[in-house]
Amino acid sequence: MGRFLQFVKKETLHILRDSRTMLIALLMPVAQILLFGFAVSTEINNINVAVVVPQWSEGVRQNVEKLSANPYITYKGALTPNEIDHYLRAGLVDAIVVYANDFDRIMNDWRQNGVSKSAMQFIMDASNTNIAQAGAGYLSNILAGDMMSASSMVETHMLFNPQLKSAFNFVPGIMGMVFILICALLTSVSIVREKETGTMDVLLVSPVRPLRIILAKMVPYFGLSCINLATILLLARYVLEIPMGNNLWIVILVSLVYLALALSLGLLVSTLAKKQVVALLISAAVMLLPIVMLSGMLFPIENMPAVLQPLSAIVPARWYIDAMRKLLIQGASFGPILKDFVILIVMTIVLLALALKNFNDKLE
Amino acid sequence: MSNNDYIIEVKDLTKQFGSFKAVDHISFSVRRGEIFGFLGANGAGKTTAMRMLCGLSYPTSGSGTVAGFDVIKEGEKIKRHIGYMSQRFSLYEDLTVMENMELFGGIYGVANNELKERAEDMFKRLDFYEERNTLVGSLPLGWKQKLAFVVATLHKPEIVFLDEPTGGVDPITRRQFWEMIYQASSEGTTIFVTTHYMDEAEYCHRMTMMVDGQIKALDTPANLKKQFNASSIDEVFRLLARGAKRAE
Amino acid sequence: MNKDLAIEIRELSKSYDSVKALDKVTFDVRRGEIFGLIGPDGAGKTTLFKILVTLLNADEGSAQIDGLDVAKDYKEIRTRVGYMPGKFSLYPDLTIEENMEFFASLFGVTVEQNYDIVAPIYSQIEKYKKRRAGRLSGGMKQKLALSCALIHKPSVLFLDEPTTGVDAVSRSEFWDMLFNLKEQGLSILVSTPYMDEASRCDRIALINNGHVLDIDTPQNMVDNYDLQLFGVKSNNMYELLKILRNDSGIANCYTAGEYHHVVAGSGFDAAALNQRLAANGLSNIDIKTIVPDIEDVFIKLLSNEQQ
Repeated sequence: MGRFLQFVKKETLHILRDSRTMLIALLMPVAQILLFGFAVSTEINNINVAVVVPQWSEGVRQNVEKLSANPYITYKGALTPNEIDHYLRAGLVDAIVVYANDFDRIMNDWRQNGVSKSAMQFIMDASNTNIAQAGAGYLSNILAGDMMSASSMVETHMLFNPQLKSAFNFVPGIMGMVFILICALLTSVSIVREKETGTMDVLLVSPVRPLRIILAKMVPYFGLSCINLATILLLARYVLEIPMGNNLWIVILVSLVYLALALSLGLLVSTLAKKQVVALLISAAVMLLPIVMLSGMLFPIENMPAVLQPLSAIVPARWYIDAMRKLLIQGASFGPILKDFVILIVMTIVLLALALKNFNDKLE
Repeated sequence: MSNNDYIIEVKDLTKQFGSFKAVDHISFSVRRGEIFGFLGANGAGKTTAMRMLCGLSYPTSGSGTVAGFDVIKEGEKIKRHIGYMSQRFSLYEDLTVMENMELFGGIYGVANNELKERAEDMFKRLDFYEERNTLVGSLPLGWKQKLAFVVATLHKPEIVFLDEPTGGVDPITRRQFWEMIYQASSEGTTIFVTTHYMDEAEYCHRMTMMVDGQIKALDTPANLKKQFNASSIDEVFRLLARGAKRAE
Repeated sequence: MNKDLAIEIRELSKSYDSVKALDKVTFDVRRGEIFGLIGPDGAGKTTLFKILVTLLNADEGSAQIDGLDVAKDYKEIRTRVGYMPGKFSLYPDLTIEENMEFFASLFGVTVEQNYDIVAPIYSQIEKYKKRRAGRLSGGMKQKLALSCALIHKPSVLFLDEPTTGVDAVSRSEFWDMLFNLKEQGLSILVSTPYMDEASRCDRIALINNGHVLDIDTPQNMVDNYDLQLFGVKSNNMYELLKILRNDSGIANCYTAGEYHHVVAGSGFDAAALNQRLAANGLSNIDIKTIVPDIEDVFIKLLSNEQQ
């Protein structure tokens, strides 16, 4: 067996014998996908809506029917204006639709003359801003959206993710995070562990080129990540039923580049840290936090404070997540993700160059 | 059963892990104020035995008292009446000398004014005064170990357990360390010490040799050398431990 | 360059920040000898080893291994030296066999090819070869580490504190193994904090605070001890020490086990001392001349330096 393969074998044994870490590495993505896919959701599943109707005209009746027929809305009946405050405070309803006195006339004016006047009002319980915002959006969509389409001025359709399922958004985010965790964090810790225990000294005092030592270390973690990639894609397709488009090979290609990037990042961290704890801290603070906060995984980049937006540009996960969204959810082909792809490749080269420059044949 | 002349009395103390007898029916007594050496090969059961004596681990069978407290029932009380110093953990490196003293003094419930008094006394005796506000991490190893001994005896325990206290220090510091042990012993403190330096066994009043979980010898160093017709304790040790069956 | 020298060290210095870890260290290790580097923790032993095995660069001075410069020819040196660092430097999660195979592969050899060189040592642990290294006792770990350091037939062996924390029996066995290796022609540089191991070396250097106090054979060092050394004991050793400290006829005294060691000053008279001690209430007094050992030499050199 060649020297290199011996090295790979040794690293693989390390991983296999540390069954706890391996289990975490393999199960973490599964758990995250399922957790975000089912348990944590920001979509509107069941909002309680009541109405206040001064005058039950034909137009109002039709409109209210749309409410009660919608599967994501529980219709709680009509209230008097005095009851509004009590119902919201007691948490009996999440939203109240108040119709104008002369609803039908306003609608007619709108349709025939294009005169716009307030026809209805949404009163939201905004103590949970997520539900309030999404709810208002949803309500205006089903109630007012109809009149807009009638006037054929504005037409809103929810493409790609008609139910606004949040899992669709999270899958690319989780991919962006998991690969950094496994490749960067685990490799850097495993390299630094050898520094800490002193085995690195023995390895360096041998004719084997240090670069080879490092490459051999990366192979099994790369393998592990490939298993994860496959698991995530399978789960996304068959459990979460994400459409994924027809460009699986592009998904894999971009992901492999991202894996290489994560490994380079891990190597760079390992050159900076002397203790496993330090490697862990760097990985957590410098990699994980920006991924969660800045990559667009949780918060849309457009909504970030202006100062943070350029900062998010240097977070590799941002570009990967963006590419994965386009590929997996929009079913885009290579064209739209070209920019992301190029940026990822450039980042990989820069990180690798930095890491190699920092990496030394000696201890200093 | 407690005899006031003896601070440690154990009978048939045994610790079993599954079918493995780490400590196998050991019986011995340590006199008050004695310097008692506890020697043995790696894996002979020294550490396990010491943990039981310090109230950190329950014996599987057997009985005994340390500082007048039962090793089975009164582990917590034992802990309060002993001092313990190991080579591995001794002091917080990121605290100063005085801060360490205050911390450990507080842990053992030494009153503040008493602590100050004792600290002053120690500083003077060890020429430490200038260093009292120095971070422990920046002191030389020998100083740290001396300081660790001071801290372990801050609450005036009746007995101090020292687990390889002198590893790696230079010969002069090692001798200064033993001088501190002599002093503590002359003031009535009992010293229970393990070491890898065989010549250090000769400092002890009496010593035991553990082999395969059992006590194979217990006497004064001079008598042991006579008994085994050996010129040094090192030789005695090798004669006894060579027969060890525990294939490590 | 001298062909008979395995290691040639000239004026080697190394500092960390403001601390001088090595201060102009100079000595040679001859081919086929066991050279002991003896000194306490923090003396600079490990730093010196790391420079010699090309892991660190020296600030000043030079060193050659097998005639090769540690700074320039480090790649070549790495194929020729065997190195056992102070810390347990094996993979605890790999078995004995896997560790051996791995370290052999580092140097492009197999365990079978070079079995003859490690056989005397490896055969002692080979029957446990499926056992993980992390579950071995100190003595067995040591044997495995030595086997791994030898598997590529190095010409110079660097052993940094191989016997620290190991019991006396394993230590003694370890030195027997080193002696056998030396017989096969290996040059060995070994460091230890245990002074009693000095006698197992052909020559030793006493080192403290980064500089060498003395270099010689252990026997010569002891023979050249030019002070008069006595041992004194009594029923109360601590009291005895305090009295000796204040005795005008005594230049230095320190604890040393059964007897305190006393360096005689001018006008030292054993009989008179005996009487003085008895007058102070001590009993069981015994005073005898003592043959110095390496620790006494070390203490003498350290004391001279501190003055």
